[in-house]
Amino acid sequence: MAQAMAFPRRGAVPGELALALALRGFRCWLTVYRRTWRSNVFSSVLGPAFYLGAMGFGLGSLVDAHGTASLGGVSYLDFVAPAILAFGAMNTGMGQASFPVFGSIKWNKIYIAAQASPLRPADIFRGHLAFMVMRITMNAAVFLCVMAAFGAVRSAWAVLALPAAVLTGLAFAAPVAAWAVTLKQEMGFIYMFRFGMIPLMLFSGTFFPLSQLPGWLRLAAYATPLWHGVALCRGFSLGTATAGGSLLHVAYLAALAAVGIVIGARTYRRRLYV
Amino acid sequence: MPEVLVRARGLTKRFGTFTAVDGIDFDLYRGEAFGFLGPNGAGKSSTMRMIGCVSPPTEGELTILGADPVRNGPAIRARLGVVPQEDTLDVELTVRENLLVYGRYFGLPRALIRERTAQLLEFVQLSDRGGDKVDALSGGMKRRLTIARSLINEPDILILDEPTTGLDPQARHVVWDRLFRLKQRGVTLILTTHYMDEAEQLCDRLVVMDHARFAAEGTPRELIERYSTREVLELRFDPGVHEQAAEKIKDISAKRTEVLADRILLYVKNGDEALAAVRAHGLEPLTSLVRRSTLEDVFLHLTGRRLED
Repeated sequence: MAQAMAFPRRGAVPGELALALALRGFRCWLTVYRRTWRSNVFSSVLGPAFYLGAMGFGLGSLVDAHGTASLGGVSYLDFVAPAILAFGAMNTGMGQASFPVFGSIKWNKIYIAAQASPLRPADIFRGHLAFMVMRITMNAAVFLCVMAAFGAVRSAWAVLALPAAVLTGLAFAAPVAAWAVTLKQEMGFIYMFRFGMIPLMLFSGTFFPLSQLPGWLRLAAYATPLWHGVALCRGFSLGTATAGGSLLHVAYLAALAAVGIVIGARTYRRRLYV
Repeated sequence: MPEVLVRARGLTKRFGTFTAVDGIDFDLYRGEAFGFLGPNGAGKSSTMRMIGCVSPPTEGELTILGADPVRNGPAIRARLGVVPQEDTLDVELTVRENLLVYGRYFGLPRALIRERTAQLLEFVQLSDRGGDKVDALSGGMKRRLTIARSLINEPDILILDEPTTGLDPQARHVVWDRLFRLKQRGVTLILTTHYMDEAEQLCDRLVVMDHARFAAEGTPRELIERYSTREVLELRFDPGVHEQAAEKIKDISAKRTEVLADRILLYVKNGDEALAAVRAHGLEPLTSLVRRSTLEDVFLHLTGRRLED
């Protein structure tokens, strides 16, 4: 019984231990990732390059020929590239937080295995979320480099577009993971991608400025998280960011991420500790 | 007095209105192999999950390694080994990587994991498969790997939930042999099973669980002595005369008779004498078998059902 005395008296696990436990979960994902990173890197470099090529040069040449006043006087490539950066971060975040989370209970059972170890559901969640952030960061960094190579970066502030994109991705990944863990069937994801992701991609000021939308739709678009991500990344990439506007976008996205992180700890617990 | 590792009093688990575990009491002592025998749905797995600190009890008292599982889950789990009913190995990773990932969950340094991995793979006879993907292993090998993985933290208690369900007889015997060796080494085992031979071979002490409660408790031998007879006579008749035969057999002085769908069981002191008595009544069974009582008979007696029904 002597060892029992070493246990903390209360349920609360000290902060540094919670961090250490989440880190253990994160490392597991790194090991898994080592198996597949090659194909992932391939798609995360080629995908953006295709997108930029088609949108920036293909569509861009048409748009630019009609004048770029509504784009704020920049080329369509410069206009659209940071938006694709933000959209890509959202895409990675949603993708990483949907099927992999679901599969960690149903298919490869990574969560179920981890559950029998000292890790608590909240640690499992934060560990996985940290890995998602890593993936979002990697993809965004690659894309930013591709953007620079295409000459679509107009300001030194563009380095801040990387954390901006990561925050955008996290603002989606955390709530989606918090929800995904509760699902019993994967159908929910199909609806999420079809009725959530695609409208967001189309109507968040990604491919055209919101000024082109009718007033009521514009208001709705201002409320969507992707628009804040797009506006933030675009501001940095073009060098047009203002302190007030950027702070507003960051606050909005950070709040969304925080809500997801808090709720996720609960939904993971409810799902794993039955 | 050996140390009590798990203590449960009035332990209860409810899911909505369904009661999975209904107020059970038990003590698990260091060094013993303690079994929960019962059919599917008896509440065995729910009990294991509570002991594994992944399912908070609805009511009652549960102390594991001297601590409260709800408050001290991580610290307790650090000292448990769990072999779940369904394998949770990562089939995309190699055998060694699975042990590495799992060892890291316990915060073990890489060098220590490497050292233990070599020993554990040797122990479960998978040394030559260390670099293979888990996908390529047979069901029995996966089970052995799961057992090896559960030992990576040198647990105080090893929890096994139906360790051999779904394995073919040969693979099952290999697993039993490994578990028996662990028991010989003094590892405390707590296991659930619906195989009576598994319980008989591995458990020092067991409880028969049925409908969320304990129907009986004791060593396998005690249970057989208390609830069954020394011998059992099994008779099989032509389906047409099965019921008539069952009627007539009631006159024979058996301690107890069980009429199953396909067989009639007579619980007697001497099986050969009883068979002679059956024949003297003018009954000629298609087949007859005299055997020792097993835990299956105990279970049948206590619940009126067969274990695998």
